[in-house]
Amino acid sequence: MWGDPRKGPLLLVAMIVAALPLVLPNTFYFDVAIRIYLNAVVAVGLNLLIGYAGQISLGHAAFLGIGAYASAILTSRYGWPPVAAMLVGALGVAVLAFVVARPILRLKGHYLAMATLGMGIIVYIVLVTESAWTGGPDGMAVPAFGAELVGERRWYWVAGACLLATIWIACNLVDSPIGRALQALHGSEIAAQVAGIDTARYKVKVFVISAVFASLTGSLLAHYVGFITPQLSGFFHSIELVTMVVVGGMASTYGAVVGAAILTVLPQLLSTFEGYELVVFGLILMLSMIFMPKGLVPNLAGWLRRS
Amino acid sequence: MALLEVRDLDMVFGGVHAVQGLSFEVAPGTVYSVIGPNGAGKTTLFNMVSGIYKPTRGRIFFDGEDITGKPPHALARRGLSRTFQNLQVCMNLGAIENVMVGAHLKLSQRLLPAMLHAPWLAKADDACREEAARLMHFVGVGRYVHAHASSLPYGALKRMEIARALAAGPKLLLLDEPAAGLNNTETREIDTLIQKIAASGVTVVLVEHDMKLVMGISERILVLDYGKKLAEGSAAEVRSNPDVIVAYLGGA
Ligand SMILES: Nc1ncnc2c1ncn2[C@@H]1O[C@H](COP(=O)(O)OP(=O)(O)OP(=O)(O)O)[C@@H](O)[C@H]1O
Ligand SMILES: [Mg+2]
Repeated sequence: MWGDPRKGPLLLVAMIVAALPLVLPNTFYFDVAIRIYLNAVVAVGLNLLIGYAGQISLGHAAFLGIGAYASAILTSRYGWPPVAAMLVGALGVAVLAFVVARPILRLKGHYLAMATLGMGIIVYIVLVTESAWTGGPDGMAVPAFGAELVGERRWYWVAGACLLATIWIACNLVDSPIGRALQALHGSEIAAQVAGIDTARYKVKVFVISAVFASLTGSLLAHYVGFITPQLSGFFHSIELVTMVVVGGMASTYGAVVGAAILTVLPQLLSTFEGYELVVFGLILMLSMIFMPKGLVPNLAGWLRRS
Repeated sequence: MALLEVRDLDMVFGGVHAVQGLSFEVAPGTVYSVIGPNGAGKTTLFNMVSGIYKPTRGRIFFDGEDITGKPPHALARRGLSRTFQNLQVCMNLGAIENVMVGAHLKLSQRLLPAMLHAPWLAKADDACREEAARLMHFVGVGRYVHAHASSLPYGALKRMEIARALAAGPKLLLLDEPAAGLNNTETREIDTLIQKIAASGVTVVLVEHDMKLVMGISERILVLDYGKKLAEGSAAEVRSNPDVIVAYLGGA
């Protein structure tokens, strides 16, 4: 049962999601849980690209930002139903990701990092300067998702369900011929090509998939928080997303979930270090990279197997 | 008709003329060997035939079709498979998954069924896994079915690559030095294995330095020297060719 990541571990996460509301004392904690779940959705999607396919992206917050602004603009200015806005936003992101991916993913290593970084910065600048649409640096308000869906306690179940669905889908994908092809092109691109895998196409595919996860989450986040700023698509946010994947564990879906939890909770805990949060934050990241280069979950799994 | 035909092939790297004016044909159902000293251009030839390098000049025909400059994945689709002199193994996967990668084109590549774990796809994948296990036994690495690729010894990885190539169900199999780094017993096993593969109807092009293996197994042999054809013929013809004797004894 523990061998299949879609059974034991998924059930465990489902039980945690179901039981947590019983012990969370107030809406502040519900809010933290919601943010963990939504960040985890993005991290699990990004992990498909970074952890499994071995391609870096330092601009994924851009897709999240586009999803958020698509939902905000289409619902507030054009009165679209939120679900339609969310889907159109995701479709737009899919098209954008598809168009930029082919030239970008031909690059490797540092060059790929720089190109995705550049893409993220462009999106950020557009969101800041097109203030007639986006409200500029001050941001804009986003209508509620629906009359029913207000308050942390309701959103908690939406975010929890999204997380479980995302984990299930990601595990399915990893365990499929497509997932194997992605891992193969990471392991040896030449071997993958000779085996008939169109590696360029697969890189584009996984880039688009991970971008769509980010876009859908951005839409939900926008409606949940009710107010968005271009920071959502900023460089620091992109780095945060990558760090979730790296700290939790590359090529481990549950690692990405744990990474998202740590990176969401840590800033809250560190607020006691007034002014030094970022320093402590950076220190923890450095130490975890030195002592657990594969990431938390794969390292722990390794220790458990050995002992 | 030849299964593989190479016509007037040239490959230039900067100042190095790695392959020059090379032409030959491989008849279907045969074992065809390419030999020659280090740096003769054997691996470069394989890289051109399998689409990894684009030839500077010349044409390559596979199964009657001009495949010059087509990418490797397009050639795999047409039934061309190979192994590597310097291993190309996915160390992030299990040994059996490496072999399953070889069967990629036999499985559905559709996204939605994969994301939703469609039962028919899962069933096809299980069948693929069984076939991969069978192939691992066939090439003699059956005991590594549950092992991680990174834990396999060198000799086992070489065979695993053969299993991966076979998993595609190829018409033509290119083997680049399958016996390199193996001891005598292992080399004899590889000899038997290649004969079994050939007997199953797969055409084999073999690059190998082990002369005993090459001479015993090949219908035809091509001798390369500095990227040029030095001689071509049966084992007996090649062995008695004065140019070959000079090149191999290192005489002037
Ligand atoms: N990618 C490359 N870039 C530049 N030069 C190359 C490249 N690949 C091969 N060469 C050169 O081409 C020549 C032929 O090399 P190749 O690897 O084809 O020889 P080989 O016959 O396979 O030798 P060996 O028996 O040692 O494997 C050598 O001089 C080599 O240095
Ligand atoms: Mg070679």
